[in-house]
Amino acid sequence: MSANIFPAHSISILVSNKPGALVRIALVFSRRGYNIDSLVVSPTIDNSVSRMNIIARGNPETLAQIIQQLEKLVDVIQAKDHTRQNVVEKELALLKIRCKTEERTELLQLCDHFKGITIDMTENSMIIQVTGNSEKIEAMLSICRKFEIVEFVRTGKIIMMRGESKT
Amino acid sequence: MAAKPLNGAQIIIECLKREGVDTVFGYPGGNVIPIFDAILDSDIKLVLTRHEQGATHAADGYARVTGKTGVVLVTSGPGATNTLTGIYTAYMDSIPLVVLTGQTVTGVLGTDAFQESDISGMSFASVKHSYLVKNSNDLPRVIKEAFYIAHSGRHGPVLIDLPKDIGMAPCNAPFVDSVDLPGYKIPGKADQEAVEQAAATIRKSKKPLVLAGHGAAISGASRAVKELAEKLGSPVSSTMLGLGVFPASHELSLGMTGMHGAVAANKAIHECDLLISIGSRFDDRITAKLSEFAKQCEVVHIDIDPAEYGKIIKPRHFLCGDAKAVLEQLLPLVEKLDSAAWLKTVDSWKKKYPFQYPKQGGLRVQHVIQTLYEVTNGKAIVAADVGQHQMWTAQFFKCDYPGQLLNSGGAGTMGFGFPASIGAALGNKTGFPVCAVLGDGGFQMTLCELATARNNNLPIKIFVMDNHFLGMVRQWQDLFYDKRYSGVLMENNPDFVKLAKAYDIEAFCISRNADAKRAVERAMEINDGPVLVHCVCEQEDNVFPMIPPGASIDDILIERPKAIVEKPTGGT
Repeated sequence: MSANIFPAHSISILVSNKPGALVRIALVFSRRGYNIDSLVVSPTIDNSVSRMNIIARGNPETLAQIIQQLEKLVDVIQAKDHTRQNVVEKELALLKIRCKTEERTELLQLCDHFKGITIDMTENSMIIQVTGNSEKIEAMLSICRKFEIVEFVRTGKIIMMRGESKT
Repeated sequence: MAAKPLNGAQIIIECLKREGVDTVFGYPGGNVIPIFDAILDSDIKLVLTRHEQGATHAADGYARVTGKTGVVLVTSGPGATNTLTGIYTAYMDSIPLVVLTGQTVTGVLGTDAFQESDISGMSFASVKHSYLVKNSNDLPRVIKEAFYIAHSGRHGPVLIDLPKDIGMAPCNAPFVDSVDLPGYKIPGKADQEAVEQAAATIRKSKKPLVLAGHGAAISGASRAVKELAEKLGSPVSSTMLGLGVFPASHELSLGMTGMHGAVAANKAIHECDLLISIGSRFDDRITAKLSEFAKQCEVVHIDIDPAEYGKIIKPRHFLCGDAKAVLEQLLPLVEKLDSAAWLKTVDSWKKKYPFQYPKQGGLRVQHVIQTLYEVTNGKAIVAADVGQHQMWTAQFFKCDYPGQLLNSGGAGTMGFGFPASIGAALGNKTGFPVCAVLGDGGFQMTLCELATARNNNLPIKIFVMDNHFLGMVRQWQDLFYDKRYSGVLMENNPDFVKLAKAYDIEAFCISRNADAKRAVERAMEINDGPVLVHCVCEQEDNVFPMIPPGASIDDILIERPKAIVEKPTGGT
């Protein structure tokens, strides 16, 4: 819990697609008591390489050490801390809400305000998809709490440097 | 290609030969029978130990004296898990090992099959890298990479997990001569600009100090370190694993620094205006209380591992590269320093505070080691175990050559010394005798390897320093816990002479200082196999100097304190 007093760091890692790579990376964090908030692994345009976006909390001094230790892993091609850099940060969330017909209009208005889309609708439920930065998703979630949220899932943050510089 | 392709096991052995492997330390089991079968047809020497931990430490000792990669071959399950302590020991001290573990067949992986252990999963945190081979055609590449990774950059252990069917399947892949590892970078030379800036700082110093670490030894930088020290007019201290990099007999040598190091070496670290660390990672044994370490000086930190930058202290200059290469960059840029007054001061500390021990009373461990040093004229390879005798070995066996002392430094693994001496004896090309200086505690952890030493007729001189205590822990309980001895008395030690004789090993016992010289001489005369000298020593001797953990270098204890010392705040 104490880790929550620390700010979240956005880390981007390029890693060779090898079994065990994820465990090796996770161990670098866990050994130093770092909490991982979210972790996204995805393919890149190079089939042999994956991208990991990790959001983690902990002592900033430890973070520099973590980045160095990540770089040291044989499978890690590069590891960068993008915290407070000029990056695009996005995530996607799905909310399944139980709503009666009379609640639908209000919910659709909300959805519209957050530029969300409805991707499933039944007589008594609706799935809303919302994308954007984490604060926007938090805000949407917070407002929707007045309805009965059946399920909530989010992808975790992905990041990309703005302009021509590489992530 | 009419010839039948080799099977995986044969390919493994062929790959080992191509890597220049001549000795493998191992222990068989069901899942590695194919590889043990293939090794029969090769000229690789298979050293059968009596426990897999012993095999791993022996390979470690072999690597330390030869500079080559040590190779271990064990079976799956408990065979593999028994190597973990050895792998961790090697990892902590940057020793190149390739550990081949058998594994259950690929088809049942993950089903808790007989003798299946997820050794990759268990070892992740203490290997430099590891592989689980699931296709026999990957073998040439994986083995090439494993040896390359183990023995380049900062050395370390690499594990290859080999399911049994991989060894039996045909392998059609060609042998490979190079590796393609996009994420793996090996620093060579340091950034020239950084070197120039460091040189500018160095040129301003009047009170320089060189700290030689294990990295300097691994890199073969001895000559460069000596050249640097002599050119600058700088005293040199060493970490325990760096002993021998700079000759102890040199007038600029201050000896070992750290918790049980020389007073002069520790005082110098505390008062220098420049600290040039060459291949040391500022272990807590060296720094003592970190908040007071190297505050008064500029630090130039030379290390091959970029992750060491700022890990413990923030140096003024970090020169990332191979120690020898970096020193060669640095040497032309530095000149003689105005250090005469400093050298005089340092020399006065050296004279005032030599390592010493009481001459009265029963047999002293220190005396045996001092005698060993004198009788061999310092020309011996000494593997120590862990504890008081290890510190005394570091203090009283003064090394002039790197690689003379074999120590489990970072891990402090009891049970390391004896099997390491076996590996050292097998790899030894120096002509120096190989000695094992052991405590009665640590020796009993791996003494089953007496059979290995006997089988291979290894002329190891085994000194068992028997004080009937786990001496280092007892010392702490004595100094910091009101002498409340808990779990440290070695009751019912065996008769070590009879024990050795049961293994057909010559042995004798001494218990007086006066007998030490003759005993060491006698041990040196026995060269057709091992010899064990049981040294019945003073029971409650303590190692000094000592910087209590968590205390600063200023708080160094030269002798037993008169008042009760507070419990230390630092770690072990």
